[in-house]
Amino acid sequence: MQQAGKKKPVYTRKLDFRHGRVEMAHGSGGRAMTQLVDQLFIAAFDNDYLRQMNDQACFPVGSGRMVMSTDCHVVTPLFFPGGDIGSLSVHGTVNDIVMSGARPLYLSAGFILEEGFPLADLKRIVESMAVAAQAIPVPVITGDTKVVEQGSGDGVFITTTGIGVVPEGVHISSERAKPGDKILVSGTIGDHGIAILLAREDFAFYGTLESDTAALHNLVAVMVQTAPDIHVLRDPTRGGIAAALNEIAHQSGVGMMLYEHHIPVKEQVSAVCEFLGFDPLYMANEGKLIAICAPQDADRLLDKMRAHPLGQNAAIIGEVIEDSHCFVQMETRFGGRRVVDWLSGDQLPRIC
Amino acid sequence: MKYIEPFRNGAIARKIARRIAAEADPHRDYYLMEFCGGHTHAISRYGIPGLLPGNIHMIHGPGCPVCVLPMGRLENMIQLAQTLGCIVCSYGDMLRVPTAQGDSLLKQKARGADVRMIYSAADALQIAQQNPQQQVVFLAIGFETTTPPTAVVIKQAQMLGSTNFTVFCNHVLTPSAISHILQSPEIRELGLVRLDGFIGPAHVSTIIGSNPYAYFAEEFQKPVVIAGFEPLDVMQAILMLIRQLNTGRAEVENEFTRAVLPDGNIKAQRLVAEVFELRRSFEWRGLGAVPYSALRIKSRFAAFDAERRFTLPILSVADHKACECGAILRGVKHPRDCSIFGTVCTPDNPLGSCMVSSEGACAAYYRYGRFREHDNADTARMR
Repeated sequence: MQQAGKKKPVYTRKLDFRHGRVEMAHGSGGRAMTQLVDQLFIAAFDNDYLRQMNDQACFPVGSGRMVMSTDCHVVTPLFFPGGDIGSLSVHGTVNDIVMSGARPLYLSAGFILEEGFPLADLKRIVESMAVAAQAIPVPVITGDTKVVEQGSGDGVFITTTGIGVVPEGVHISSERAKPGDKILVSGTIGDHGIAILLAREDFAFYGTLESDTAALHNLVAVMVQTAPDIHVLRDPTRGGIAAALNEIAHQSGVGMMLYEHHIPVKEQVSAVCEFLGFDPLYMANEGKLIAICAPQDADRLLDKMRAHPLGQNAAIIGEVIEDSHCFVQMETRFGGRRVVDWLSGDQLPRIC
Repeated sequence: MKYIEPFRNGAIARKIARRIAAEADPHRDYYLMEFCGGHTHAISRYGIPGLLPGNIHMIHGPGCPVCVLPMGRLENMIQLAQTLGCIVCSYGDMLRVPTAQGDSLLKQKARGADVRMIYSAADALQIAQQNPQQQVVFLAIGFETTTPPTAVVIKQAQMLGSTNFTVFCNHVLTPSAISHILQSPEIRELGLVRLDGFIGPAHVSTIIGSNPYAYFAEEFQKPVVIAGFEPLDVMQAILMLIRQLNTGRAEVENEFTRAVLPDGNIKAQRLVAEVFELRRSFEWRGLGAVPYSALRIKSRFAAFDAERRFTLPILSVADHKACECGAILRGVKHPRDCSIFGTVCTPDNPLGSCMVSSEGACAAYYRYGRFREHDNADTARMR
């Protein structure tokens, strides 16, 4: 907390947020760094913990189980339809926290900035992060900034760490999927991956597709209230729902059977995938979750999810089956059956 | 999706499946080769084998662009990537194909070589224009579908007077590969491989048309049905092949009438003929040296030929001893017959080229189909 009479340092020049650029001095521990922290980070994230200007944040610990998660964010381009690296770095970590059923409490943020990066862009990113954090709300209570020489970074890398607390009686974990369980997804898949791809590559595809980046804490809170015994929650980010489901299948030692015609995919996403030979099952999501629950909970859970703005297109997409090989399989729309395997390397466009 | 969903309609698929089951003669087997990797991919991805009676066997052909590239040419590509000041560009899958020593263009990139993945031939020329101080080599691969775009960029480079752009041409021809397979002793003399008919290429045929296949149908008495890459196209083509075989016909039929004309795309053919000429012989992975089966850049465009600008040795490098890609590409073996399939050789760590591309028989089978083996094994154990 700011104490009465504490003197603010006097800066000879104001930070030029219109034309200025990140300089090595902004990370060197001197006055320039303090000025950046003061005028940008503290101004945007403003809260009692940050205002103390300590190297750490000191907060009270409640009873019960706590969760902690960290996520590094690198994305090209930094600004994309539907979001930017700032909002993404808040949503990503908050979602990792809430996939345990937890309520998010605090965030920390680490910035690696590349020398020469425009301060205007940095301000936009930090402010977007602040808006995302305040909307939840979850305060950014500590952080760090480093500057690397030009050519050693990609503009901005942001690492966020989050802490949350799990409500009594909730035990959500990836090894709890059981044969007979239902698999639910909270909405259309692949929106983020395709939005980024379109923003990054010059394919001359035009559309209105936006990243789905969003914090899922409220949706999860509703779900946990409806069915406290949800077995597994997972946000299918990199590698899409295919990677997430394969991970869960292995962690739980079960197989899965998906029904392709139940999996919600936006027309624009399937069209771009079709053109490039990609599969939406492997495209990243930043505002969707997979839930696995006992069959008797599934319909109730689905109704509540659909009533939430972030779960309007939720669907039951398959079920957990017994399989010692832990295959994730899918009944295709066409009527055949196939494996939905892990992704090997990156998805690459078809040649012919 | 308009124009695509109708060709993936499950109800129609079941209808065609019923017709196939009703018309296939239960007293015989049908061995059908899909030449194209695109068909292999569709068959696996949509689970078509599960819709066919047990006596219809799909044999995967060699029509996967990266699968048939011989090791020697791959070594040449790696050599180009190692050339100082050289940027090499190619299509995605090409970058992952491993050499006998496990090297690849992607690994070269990690070691500092300037290797770029491109989406079209035009991207390569653009990179050359953006980097005038560096030599840019486009590693061109593929069948007749990818050849016309390569011809276009070579002509454009000439018009622009580009001095830093060359093409390492590895374009190959479908008809020569099919006749080579049909003439192989395994099929013609030894009878080791049964091959009753072909599903003809989709995209390749949009360029070359349906006429070039008439020779095989006639000479080798094998029916050919040209089919699109959508799953209903494949199902319909299988039904058409069964009907031809049941009535003793060996004709070229075109299921893909919405895109393939008898004469193909004349404009594209003219472009290709203007820029390229036949090589006397070219080595294919799995098939060996196949006469008149590939193209090289005509001397008129010599300035854009990487083989003329750089000194590239002609290498003949044997495949890994345990790798069965060669036999799989000829249809002699199935991926499951390979002792390293799914163990040493996986899509994450491919030893052979067929495990690299999603159009490769091994990768398609690994990704989409291998539960069938386990199903069969489990059933066998239960008995």
